[in-house]
Amino acid sequence: MEMRAVYAECLAQMMERDKHVVVLDADLSKASGTRKLYERFPNQMFDCGVAEQNMASIAAGLSSYGFKPWIESFTPFATRRICDQIAISISYAKQNVKIVGTDPGISAELNGGTHMSMEDIGVVRSIPGLVIFEPVDERQLRAAMPVLNAYEGPVYMRLFRKVQPVVFPENYTFDLFKADLLREGKDLSIFVSGMLTKDCLDAAELLKAEGIDAEIINVHTIKPVDRETVLASARKTGAVLTVENHNVIGGLHSAILETLAQKKLPVCAVGVPDRFGEVGKIPYLREVMGLTVENIVAQAKKAVSLK
Amino acid sequence: MDRDLREICKDIRCDVMTCIGHLGVGHIGGCLSLVELLAVLYFKEMHIDPAEPKMPGRDRLVCSKGHAGPAVYATLANRGYFDKAELLTLNQSGTHLPSHCDMNLTTGIDMTTGSLGQGFSCAVGVALGSKLEGDGATIYAIVGDGESQEGQIWEAAMFAAAKKLDNLIAFTDYNKLQIDGPVSEVNDIAPLAEKWSAFGWNVIDVEDGNDVDLVEAAVEHAKLGLGGGKPTMVILNTKKGCGVKWIEDLGAGNHNTNISEEQAAAAIAEIRGEV
Repeated sequence: MEMRAVYAECLAQMMERDKHVVVLDADLSKASGTRKLYERFPNQMFDCGVAEQNMASIAAGLSSYGFKPWIESFTPFATRRICDQIAISISYAKQNVKIVGTDPGISAELNGGTHMSMEDIGVVRSIPGLVIFEPVDERQLRAAMPVLNAYEGPVYMRLFRKVQPVVFPENYTFDLFKADLLREGKDLSIFVSGMLTKDCLDAAELLKAEGIDAEIINVHTIKPVDRETVLASARKTGAVLTVENHNVIGGLHSAILETLAQKKLPVCAVGVPDRFGEVGKIPYLREVMGLTVENIVAQAKKAVSLK
Repeated sequence: MDRDLREICKDIRCDVMTCIGHLGVGHIGGCLSLVELLAVLYFKEMHIDPAEPKMPGRDRLVCSKGHAGPAVYATLANRGYFDKAELLTLNQSGTHLPSHCDMNLTTGIDMTTGSLGQGFSCAVGVALGSKLEGDGATIYAIVGDGESQEGQIWEAAMFAAAKKLDNLIAFTDYNKLQIDGPVSEVNDIAPLAEKWSAFGWNVIDVEDGNDVDLVEAAVEHAKLGLGGGKPTMVILNTKKGCGVKWIEDLGAGNHNTNISEEQAAAAIAEIRGEV
C-alpha cells in the first residue's frame, strides 16, 4: 500500500472521530493523497492554494482556537520555505500543528533539484520545541499517526509517499520517543531513518558473511533523538554508522554525532554529500548520492576498521 | 463603559510613556498611533471579560504589528486584565511583557506576533476557527503599513476573502512611516484602499485614525458588514507618535527610540494638557 494512502486513511479516521482535526493544503492534496477527503470532510479540509506561509500561520491560528491542524506540502516547501512561520507562528507560540512534508530527498525524483530537499531536517532541527519524525513503512506510519495526533505540540513528519518495503511486524507498537531495535549485533551500530532502513537490513546480511555482526536501529524520531538507546548501542559495539536520505550535514548524522560527542568512537556516514539534488529516478540518484547497499557495507567496514 | 474614551486614551498614552520611559527605550511611535483604536476596541466594542481572559466565544484581537505590544499592554492593564504596576516590568528580565506580543506570557494577549506578516495570517486562522465553531465571535486584527509590504499579508487577504470570513475586521495603522523612512519612499503601498478592495474586502477609510469619535464610528460601520460575506479592512490614517509633539517631530526616527524618565514625565504633562 502507498504510504500516502495509509496517511490519508489515518487522517480520515481521526477526522471522523474528532471535528477539531483539520487538514490544510497548499495545492498538493493530490500528491499527499488527501484530495478525496475534501468531499467527505468539507468543514475539515482547506486548500490554501500556493501560499505555504499563509497556510502555516493559519494553522497556528486554528490551533489557538482549539483545532488540531495538519499542513501538507513537499518537504522543501514544508520546511525551508516556511522556516520562520514554523519557528514563530507555530513553535515559539506553542501551537499544536503537525507539518507533513512529502517526497523527502531523492524520492522527489523527476521534480529535480528545486524540489529535492536534502536539507529539510537541518533547516528545522534547531527550532526549539519541534519534534521531527520520519516513518519507514506503512506499519510504522499507521501506528504513529494516532500518536502524533494525540501529542500536544508541533511535529514535522517527513513522508515518503509511495510504496515502501515492509520492515516492521504486524504487531508493532510505536513509541514516538523510543528508537526501534531491528537487528541485534555486537560489532557495529547502524542508525538509520526512513527509506534506507530495509537497505541496512540487507547490508547486515552481507556484512555477516564477512564476519561483521551489525546492530540496526531505526531512529524514526530524529528530534529529540533517543539518547539512551543510541548511547547504549554505541557503547556496546564501539563503532557507528549513520544512514539517511538527507545531507550528511544537519540531519541524522549530525544528531548522532551530537549525541556521541566526546565519546571516543568512529562514526561514519552514508548520506547525501552536501550537494543539491538533480533530476533522476531513485536507482540513479542512489548511485549518484552513494545511498546504496554497497556503500552501506563499505562504510560499515570502514567504521569497524577504525575501532 | 462609563468612562469617556478621550480620558481613557490619555491614560493609555501616559502608561505607554511611563513604561517605555522607565525602560529607557522602545517602539514608541507605532504604539502612540494605535491608542484610539485600542481604546475603542477594548473599552467599547469587544465582547470580552477581563475576569475570564480565555472566555470561550470571546472576541479576539491579533496585533500583527507585534512591536506595538506596550500599547496593547497599557490598554489591557487599564481594562483590568492585570495590575498597572506590572507595566513597569516591560522588557525587564523575566517579564511577562516582552517587546512583541506573546500569548503564552501575557494575560489577555490572543496571539503571539512580531515576525511581520505572520500575525495577520494567524488572525485569519482564528476567524476560520470561530466560523467552524459557530460561536459568533468577531475577530479583530491590526496590521502595520510597513508590515503591508510583506507578501504574507496579501496571501492572507486573498484567503480571507475567498473563504468569506465576514467575522474578521482588520485595521491598517497607516501612519506613513517605517524604520527606513516614509513608506511612500521606501516601498510604496499606495493605493491601499484600492488594493484591499481589489482583494475582495469591504474597505472603510478613516481620515483621522487618532480621532476617537471617527474610529468608534468606523468600527460601528465595520460591524454592519459582519455576516455579509466579506471581511472588512478599516484604514486608519494615523500619526506616528501621536500625542507628544517632539516624538511626532522625530518622524521615522520615532519607530524605536531612547526616552528618558524626564522626557516621559514631560510627555505625560503634555498628554494631560498641563503644559
